[in-house]
Amino acid sequence: MIAIKNINKSFGERQVVKNVSFEFTQGKTNLIIGESGCGKTTILKMMVGLHELNSGEILYDGQNFPLLNSDGKQEIRKKIGMLFQGGALFDSQTLEENVNFPLDMFTDLTKAEKLDRVNFCLQRVQLEGKNKLYPAELSGGMKKRAALARAIANNPKYLFCDEPNSGLDPKTSIIIDTLIKDITEEYNITTIIITHDMNSVMEIGENIMFVFKGENWWAGDKTKILNTDNKELFDFVFASEFMKTFFKK
Amino acid sequence: MNPFFHIGRYFMLLFKVFKKPQNFRVYVRQIIFEIDSIGITSLPIVAIISIFMGGIITIQAAYAIDSPLVPLYVVGFTTRESMILEFSSTILCLILAGKVGSNIASEIGAMRITEQIDALEIMGINSASYLIFPKVAGAIIIFPCLVILSMFLGLVGGFIMGVSSGACTAYEYVFGIQAYFMPWKVGFSIAKCITFAFIITSVSSYYGYYTSGGALEVGRSSTNAVVYSSILILLFSLIYTKLFIG
Repeated sequence: MIAIKNINKSFGERQVVKNVSFEFTQGKTNLIIGESGCGKTTILKMMVGLHELNSGEILYDGQNFPLLNSDGKQEIRKKIGMLFQGGALFDSQTLEENVNFPLDMFTDLTKAEKLDRVNFCLQRVQLEGKNKLYPAELSGGMKKRAALARAIANNPKYLFCDEPNSGLDPKTSIIIDTLIKDITEEYNITTIIITHDMNSVMEIGENIMFVFKGENWWAGDKTKILNTDNKELFDFVFASEFMKTFFKK
Repeated sequence: MNPFFHIGRYFMLLFKVFKKPQNFRVYVRQIIFEIDSIGITSLPIVAIISIFMGGIITIQAAYAIDSPLVPLYVVGFTTRESMILEFSSTILCLILAGKVGSNIASEIGAMRITEQIDALEIMGINSASYLIFPKVAGAIIIFPCLVILSMFLGLVGGFIMGVSSGACTAYEYVFGIQAYFMPWKVGFSIAKCITFAFIITSVSSYYGYYTSGGALEVGRSSTNAVVYSSILILLFSLIYTKLFIG
């Protein structure tokens, strides 16, 4: 389980994250939702150590991540898989080499065992047989799936996904969402997803934090989100005419 | 930004680069890859430039010493001294700073803006060491080979131009390139090129690693890498020359 407690972050004079606390449940898809620029990605980057926080605690199974020394942080990071918005696949490596990369760096598996694991991960994200393709030869959806395969290659305990379906068509988005949800349940991972896509929220939102102007404004699950009285959340969820009409608001 | 900020950040980056490698086997593979990427792919440009420069130096030397009092073997001697002491190390490295330096800065810069470096960090990998150390080590290994090749090809180019243009005879040229030869000068040139290999790869990596923004900034980093590498190469060439020659 991951918990954040009273975390704050400022860039210069501008405070972008204000006293945010939340618990991310293991084996569930935890969503951080909110408008663009509300501080979602900053929270995620603080959680994985890409941004330093001004104050607060980030607890990975009780260990306060920001206070660990670099070796301690590295040990936790080895248990993290991350799916970046753009995929962040290594351009100079084939799909197989990309997925094999964490195995090569951190395991003592034999070449054959690593290849088995790579093939399993690629098959898990429906990219079997694409081993020798380079990232430039993949579509947007394939890149996201390949990045997901790399993220799960080393059996992560924590999976972070930064807008996993941005720029994808609705059908591919659902495939990605379903994959993430299945993998989360199958391997009992603590998964944290940043999104502002309401389809994703309704599809996989088991534990949701709504961030507004850098604050934890609302928390709940997808069943509660449609009946919320929270004005800011209501405006966010029912921003489109379609949602208003469809859910008769 | 204040130059002391850059100097401090550069040395802090080097401290990260030279930390103990996390997986030695992977690093060895990367070093071999970089030797190919930095060195072997530079062979054609090194060969072409060295042959032409050898030829040009020979013709200019012959033109400059157009006096019956100076023996013609001096043409070969001048070509050898120019190639070994300055061209094959300093000028060649300036050219490589353009080719290799811009390539390194744009490669690492593009990795930075597409979050590939963040991906490495999150995996628990020392990204500075993984990306930069193999480039520095690869360049330090391959640059001396390129410099020695450049010396040889420059002398061959000089021979071809000197003899074919009638500036000197084959015997005079060959006698000239052997006359008063001091092997330490080759060592001096190799020591310089090892320093320059380090400067080119580390300075270019520094500019690439700290790129932020988009494609425009990657281009800017690439330009800065070439400009500052070139300035440092000239500065260190001057220091070496002053210390060891005059």
